[in-house]
Amino acid sequence: MGPAVAEIVFENTTKRFGSITAVDNLSLTVGDGEFVVLLGPTGAGKTTTLRLAAGLEVPNTGRIRVAGVDVTRAPPAERDVAFVFQQYSLYPHYTVYENMAFPLRSPSRRWDEARIEARVREIARLLRIEAKLSNLSTALSGGEMQRVAIGRALVRDPAAFLMDEPLSSLDARLREDLRVELKRIQEDLGATVLYVTHDQMEAMTLADRIGVLAEGRLVQIGTPRQIYSAPASVHVAMRLGSPRINLLPVGALGLADGPAGATTVGVRPEDVILGRGGAVARVIAVEHLGAETVILMESEGNKVHALVGAGAMRHVGEETTVQMLPGTALFFDRDGQRLDAAPTSDAKKPAERAHGT
Amino acid sequence: MSAASTRSVLEPSPWGQRFAALLVILYALITMIPLVWIGLTGLKTPPDAIAYPPKVVFDPSLEGYVNLFTARSRQTPEYMASLPPPTSWYDELVRKRNMVITGPSRFAERYMNSIIIGFGSTFLAVFLGTIAAYGFSRFKVPLKDDLLFFILSTRMMPPIAVAVPIFLMYRALGLSDTHLGMIILYTMVNVSLAVWLLKGFIDEIPMEYEEAALVDGYSRMQAFWKVVLPQAKTGIAATAIFCLIFAWNEYAFALLLTSGNAQTAPPFIPIIIGEGGLDWPAVAAGTTLFLLPIVFFTVLLRQHLLRGITFGAVRK
Ligand SMILES: Nc1ncnc2c1ncn2[C@@H]1O[C@H](COP(=O)(O)OP(=O)(O)O)[C@@H](O)[C@H]1O
Ligand SMILES: [Mg+2]
Repeated sequence: MGPAVAEIVFENTTKRFGSITAVDNLSLTVGDGEFVVLLGPTGAGKTTTLRLAAGLEVPNTGRIRVAGVDVTRAPPAERDVAFVFQQYSLYPHYTVYENMAFPLRSPSRRWDEARIEARVREIARLLRIEAKLSNLSTALSGGEMQRVAIGRALVRDPAAFLMDEPLSSLDARLREDLRVELKRIQEDLGATVLYVTHDQMEAMTLADRIGVLAEGRLVQIGTPRQIYSAPASVHVAMRLGSPRINLLPVGALGLADGPAGATTVGVRPEDVILGRGGAVARVIAVEHLGAETVILMESEGNKVHALVGAGAMRHVGEETTVQMLPGTALFFDRDGQRLDAAPTSDAKKPAERAHGT
Repeated sequence: MSAASTRSVLEPSPWGQRFAALLVILYALITMIPLVWIGLTGLKTPPDAIAYPPKVVFDPSLEGYVNLFTARSRQTPEYMASLPPPTSWYDELVRKRNMVITGPSRFAERYMNSIIIGFGSTFLAVFLGTIAAYGFSRFKVPLKDDLLFFILSTRMMPPIAVAVPIFLMYRALGLSDTHLGMIILYTMVNVSLAVWLLKGFIDEIPMEYEEAALVDGYSRMQAFWKVVLPQAKTGIAATAIFCLIFAWNEYAFALLLTSGNAQTAPPFIPIIIGEGGLDWPAVAAGTTLFLLPIVFFTVLLRQHLLRGITFGAVRK
């Protein structure tokens, strides 16, 4: 039913608010049927990017296309996109049914009531909120509210979906359930989605590609795997992974063989090996997470996190040795840009990094 | 003592609640007494109304209401005796006082004026106030703060302080003693209150709802109509009641600017006293009827009003 090529394209788009540049020269293509997640901290320009795509803001420079049509200056109603807001997502004076029927009753669609009812029921079934259709939208739990908000976007069958941290107000358990469901629905429908979040877990699990935003700039875009294993910079490396990547001066843990110009070396906690030789370290904290254990150590004046299996028991104060899995180190220069580690065989990563921007 | 142990620490104790209830009931009684007295006086005969000590138990009579709605003239006993028997219960009531009905009084007409002017100006003030408040709330208006202050400053003196210029202006414009003139005047006084109250309410409605409607395919105007207005109705109801109460009760301007044509009930009711002695029951009957529309309107909008007046505190 939707248009043939439902893609969203930003071309050198910039949006300023006074002296703040909220979105800085963004170029990004969300392909037909693709799920792109923009990941960034609060204030990175995520919401502004979505608002530009929806027509709620007009860019200072650059162009935006949806499904092949230049919509840079088109009003929201003329764009074939649906928006799921971070909060205040449902009209409080309407029932669930009326909320979901609202876009279909708009002057630009004006479906007849029989068709609306069939469509709303179909989507309600998909989202498992059929039983709630006659509830007032304020008489729902947080999870149900966001389901309805997603449903209101789905009924229209738009060219693209824009989602602004739709799960961030939910508790952890619900967030997980809805995340899985959202991905299932997106795959079933082949929907084009531009989704923003500050939650790396959501980004990793939902995205076909992740774009990392920092201060309005798209720092890197690629598959979750690429972003995780070949981050373009220290900033990107720190955004993904829990606990955070260990950043050490070159030479620590015996890692002296970095490429020329390297000042910092990054080691993921899961790549740190304990008790099999290497530098001497003392355990200063142990956190049991169930299946895994996080161990904080001090070695040669550096703090090092290690993520180990639950079997490897350690005690605070214990002396051990620490080294890293060979070939897993990431080297960064003085400016925080990643350098190719000569000894490793990740030669094609920089090319992938440029892809898609 | 088990009851005390189960209540939340934030709840007042049972005795505290009883004391608070007692205070509220006492206060309600004190404020109700004059109203009850007026209501009762309207149902007394003139002698009962001025009896001393005051009569609490009395034979109810509709004489006050009959006198309110009729013009009467006093006749000699000979003339009264020559009349054919009375044709209606109110004829009979009037004749007991040696009077005959000569026609309807002007009360109904004045009452109608009050309704036209009161509700007309309330509608206009709330209508203009809603649009202005929406504009101030949602758009970048140059000099917004100054304009809002200016709008409020029109209420910093009692409106009657500008009675003379308004009187002269109205005479020059031919607005004196017209319905339109009174509607414009009360609208002008009320609109500043309406803008300020409604801006507060509209500010509290998140922009996201309208934006969602825009993305859902509606124009700004339709979004205002379908999404903002329904959520602002609590505020609109509260504002409308405040505006209506002012316009309905206003006395000074009505006395000054109206006489024959557009006179409202407040300057008319005291005049009743003059027509044939101190007719307190008629005055009380007029006052009772005068109170009814406000009571009715307030009860009608009650559930909005309670949330509206305490706005900010208990939204959602
Ligand atoms: N309407 C606005 N007026 C002024 N500044 C704004 C406005 N909207 C966003 N900003 C600023 O732009 C930057 C990006 O904001 P936003 O896109 O909301 O970030 P995010 O959604 O990633 O938290 C922030 O510094 C924010 O303060
Ligand atoms: Mg945001």
